[in-house]
Amino acid sequence: MTDTPAIELKGISKAFGPVQANKDISIRVMPGTIHGIIGENGAGKSTLMSILYGFYKADAGEVWINGDRKDITDSQAAIAAGIGMVFQHFKLVHNFTVLENVILGAEDGAMLTPSLAKARGVLKTLAEEYELNVDPEALIENLSVGHQQRVEILKALYREADILILDEPTGVLTPAEADHLFRILEGLRREGKTIILITHKLREIMEITDTVSVMRRGEMTATVKTSETSPEELAELMVGRKVLLRVDKQPARPGARVLEIENLRLTDRDGVERLKGISLDVRAGEILGIAGVSGNGQSELLRVLGGYAEATGTIRVNGQKIDLTGRHSDGRSRRARGIAHVPEDRHHEGLILPYTAWENSVFGYHDDPAIQSGPLMNNAAIKAEAAAKMERFDVRPPNPALAARNFSGGNQQKIVLAREIERNPDLLLVGQPTRGVDIGAIEFIHQQILRLRDEGKAILLVSVELDEILSLSDRIAVMFDGQVMGERLPDQTDQTELGLLMAGVTETGGRSPIEAVDAKLQAKDAREAGQNG
Amino acid sequence: MDLNTILQVLDSTVRLATPLLLACLAGLFSERSGIIDIGLEGKMLIAAFFSAAIAAMVSTAETWQLFGMELTWLKDLMPAVIWGMFAGILAALFLSGLHGLASITFRGNQLISGVALNFLASGITVLIAQVWFRQGGRTPSLISGGRFEEITLPLAETLRPVPLLGPIYADLISGHSILVYVGLLMVPLTWWVLFRTRYGLRLRAVGEAPEAVDTAGVSVTGLRYSSLVITGVLCGLAGAYLATGLQAGFVREMTAGRGYIALAALIFAKWRPWYALGACLLFGFLQAVALRYQNIDLGAFTVPVQFMDALPYVLTVVILAGFVGKAIPPRAGGEPYVKER
Amino acid sequence: MDRMPAWADAVLVPLFSIVLAAILSAGVILAIGENPVEAFRLMVDGALMRSSGWGYTLYYTTNFIFTGLCVAVAFHARMFNIGGEGQAMIGGLGVALVCLFIPWPHWSIALVFATLAAGAFGAAWAWIPAYLQAKRGSHIVITTIMFNFIAAAVLNYVLVNVLRPAGAQDPATARFPEAVHLPTFQDMFSTAETAMFRGSPANVTFFIAILACVAVWLLIWRTRLGYEIRAFGHSETAVRYAGISPVRITVLAMLISGGLAGLMAINTTMGEAERLVMNATEGAGFIGIAVALMGRSHPVGVFLAALLFGFLYQGGAELALWTNIPRELITVIQALVILFTGALDNMVRMPLERVFLAFRKEGAR
Repeated sequence: MTDTPAIELKGISKAFGPVQANKDISIRVMPGTIHGIIGENGAGKSTLMSILYGFYKADAGEVWINGDRKDITDSQAAIAAGIGMVFQHFKLVHNFTVLENVILGAEDGAMLTPSLAKARGVLKTLAEEYELNVDPEALIENLSVGHQQRVEILKALYREADILILDEPTGVLTPAEADHLFRILEGLRREGKTIILITHKLREIMEITDTVSVMRRGEMTATVKTSETSPEELAELMVGRKVLLRVDKQPARPGARVLEIENLRLTDRDGVERLKGISLDVRAGEILGIAGVSGNGQSELLRVLGGYAEATGTIRVNGQKIDLTGRHSDGRSRRARGIAHVPEDRHHEGLILPYTAWENSVFGYHDDPAIQSGPLMNNAAIKAEAAAKMERFDVRPPNPALAARNFSGGNQQKIVLAREIERNPDLLLVGQPTRGVDIGAIEFIHQQILRLRDEGKAILLVSVELDEILSLSDRIAVMFDGQVMGERLPDQTDQTELGLLMAGVTETGGRSPIEAVDAKLQAKDAREAGQNG
Repeated sequence: MDLNTILQVLDSTVRLATPLLLACLAGLFSERSGIIDIGLEGKMLIAAFFSAAIAAMVSTAETWQLFGMELTWLKDLMPAVIWGMFAGILAALFLSGLHGLASITFRGNQLISGVALNFLASGITVLIAQVWFRQGGRTPSLISGGRFEEITLPLAETLRPVPLLGPIYADLISGHSILVYVGLLMVPLTWWVLFRTRYGLRLRAVGEAPEAVDTAGVSVTGLRYSSLVITGVLCGLAGAYLATGLQAGFVREMTAGRGYIALAALIFAKWRPWYALGACLLFGFLQAVALRYQNIDLGAFTVPVQFMDALPYVLTVVILAGFVGKAIPPRAGGEPYVKER
Repeated sequence: MDRMPAWADAVLVPLFSIVLAAILSAGVILAIGENPVEAFRLMVDGALMRSSGWGYTLYYTTNFIFTGLCVAVAFHARMFNIGGEGQAMIGGLGVALVCLFIPWPHWSIALVFATLAAGAFGAAWAWIPAYLQAKRGSHIVITTIMFNFIAAAVLNYVLVNVLRPAGAQDPATARFPEAVHLPTFQDMFSTAETAMFRGSPANVTFFIAILACVAVWLLIWRTRLGYEIRAFGHSETAVRYAGISPVRITVLAMLISGGLAGLMAINTTMGEAERLVMNATEGAGFIGIAVALMGRSHPVGVFLAALLFGFLYQGGAELALWTNIPRELITVIQALVILFTGALDNMVRMPLERVFLAFRKEGAR
């Protein structure tokens, strides 16, 4: 081992308008190690790595690669310096094959055929070396997210990257897929590659990294050896104070069934069945948590309940059937039946970002006769009410005339929550209540949800954060591939059991789907090898 | 209907389809790269004007001077019509560049930019025509040398007596100006560039997922501008053919919605070169029929000429309504590229 | 944090765009060998220095207010209605039918029903593109362009084959009866001693245009429908979540938009020509695009922009009369305005934002 770091960043600063995303950041990463960067959402991790990959230009600071100062002005320069990046949102062309995606930008000449032939060979070698199996001729849109991620890694390796940056790589993966990814990363480390892993999950940092840096509000607060730290210490460094990872709550006192779902089915426009016969119920005064990796039907379930996706089956609210298709199956009718909905995606569903806070405070309820005066809307009354709500929910700044896009994630979420909770619904649907929300606001939002439960309301909570599900729910249902794999009580289960259910494994003897797919691919490879030989 | 009439209509179909085809392929390059271009009309129009204007000037120039320089030798260097064609291409490229500036560099609304350029072309052509020629916004009629000559393919006359195939070869396949054949050749060429070359791979990628191209270290801006250059050249050819091939000079608004029909053909063709050929031939055929038969008497009632005029537009709406197959445009079309994590 | 205060966005950006368009237009005038200052003086003289000039300016302004509002309402729903031209043509058909075939006792009653007919016909012409966009996803920009061509063909057919009086040569309807003659500004404002607005076409429709501005303002910023239209324009996914039907909003917004374009026909057909002619719209539907963009889709902005274009149109006619500058110069200016306020918006905005950001940092220190 040498003393020259593979990557050294010196005094990197970057501001977006008035927001200081990175402030005087320095790190050293030694070759052949996995270095974790952990921090909350918005701490500046992704910005820092985007600078390293030439996606943004730093306002100040230096980048040194293997002891040489590099001026990384664009992605081209980063690739030339041996840096590869796997973005959180994959940068793949969905209707291209794996092979075409891999060679894009790294072709060997003006003609495609020779480039494709060469890449086919290289991919085969890489697949054997690092357990990176994917069908090179498959279209990206037909691949699972796990496989798409492998394509991203292959792209970097095909460009002979020695340094690999992965930004929140496990967010979209099942635990089994995540395990496979970590095996791949360990393989890469053995071959002397340097890896930077960006995540907000403490468990991943503890599991795989050699060293870890903690970021908070654009600053690097500490860099430590992973073996010499603990999750508690990292959490404290991340947040800047001691954090309670558990939520205090009273035992639930469930009452009558508010929501009854029977055999709910939904087939999307492409003919894919997204919900395959869901049956669930939620009682007054309890929180039913729905766990699962995103993309397994939870979003569709929320949309059907919220009235903006059509489905078949039966849903009863307070014993009465609601329409699942046709004119009376929309958000308006659902609200009339006492269903409020804090949607998963507040930017694209819960809020109209250019609308002011007061305009957003009645979004979906703007038909309410109480806020009309004649044919016009009573804007003065709406503004006054909005100001009062913002006060009660501690929205900062408490200015109803400010556009929603100018609030932080947590305050935006409070605006949505205030709107939905204050309507005094019988049933509250909540999707990803704390995604992109700062820790301070998380506690507040959790308290509000619990308060509503204690008032005897029924709550259906969808979250991909297992910690959140475990700490808030009174019962937990796990969804996988459009089905409910099982229900558990939070004090009689753990992350491991839920993780297996999330991967569709109901018995430990069974193979996970990802392994099944791998087995299939390996079988295909073997067959082709046999034909060639 | 005798063979002769059919051949005449089909011959006219090929002629009328050519500007549509060139414009349609122009739009194909632009839209495959993610830039929606409803300014095809304007680019064709401005190219039509400048090709006719320059061809007229060069061909009629006895003594032609610019800034005191004697430039009459120009027409000895190349035929006037070729000078016109290059002028047309340059003019279309200028509008393409403006469209790029608005939609790539300044991330503006591509639709609005296209509309603006159509108006710009519509106004500036008549304005300059009036100032240069004072003939009510038109160019002088082009005499020989100012127009593309019709090419007689080898053996056309020899083979004419052969039944059926002879007249087809002599009247339909032979006897068009060079730009007709260029247009037809552009179809396989476009296909080859798009699906067999590195440039084509990148072009298709940037229209679907510019972020993939960007992170792969290829310039999105560069690719998109390059596609607009091709668009400009093809629109230039289309305009030149209109004013110096199909007709003998420029008249105001002479494109008459052809840019929009080409756009419709592109949608009909689902952004594929061979389909584009089919769509343009169909629309060309409609125009040819409308041109030949004014009020079509069907015995019981008469199809008025206005209906035939409107038919391509009605058909376009029907196509857009998706009653004839579903058209999925390039995914990134119309959206300016903004770097995102 | 917004980079620029709202007022700067609403006032400075369009203002800079006009200045840019003006500079380029002056360049064009110079290039064709005329004097831009002299040209501008002529335009001001012809359009603003006499009451008859104002009469023409306000007549054009009336047209542009309607078509500008038409485009603006569609913009709020994030739709680009290029079909104002066709919708106004068909609106004219409505006006002509009402005026020709019903014996009205008084112009005021005729005006009410002509207004309804113009709006209804214009709206109907916008309905098909709207429906196709909402239900089948057909791009409204292309369909409305196509509908302009189709409208021209329809109008041509009706004027040539149906409504043309026997023996008449030009494709136009018969003259409307005297009873439906709308009071012009000359009728309204001239005194016994002095004739005001002599011979100019501005008429009572101007006040309907002002009313339309107020109505659109109320609609967009004060009613539930307006709230829903704007919400739809910002985010279709959010609107679905809220239980607002995108189909309903698309169709309603386009009906209103088309209706406004149709209303323009009262001015041109009933107010000015007093019969329906082939080219009654004279491209006003397209100028609406420039007007809406420059007016930032706000009725006050639309009014001011329409006034500017009314001046340009009348001034342009004067120029064509007295100089070698053809009227097409106005088309060029219109194109430049659309380019700068619509497509090259960021070119103007970015430097301005930088200036404001610099000032803010200065202030923070």
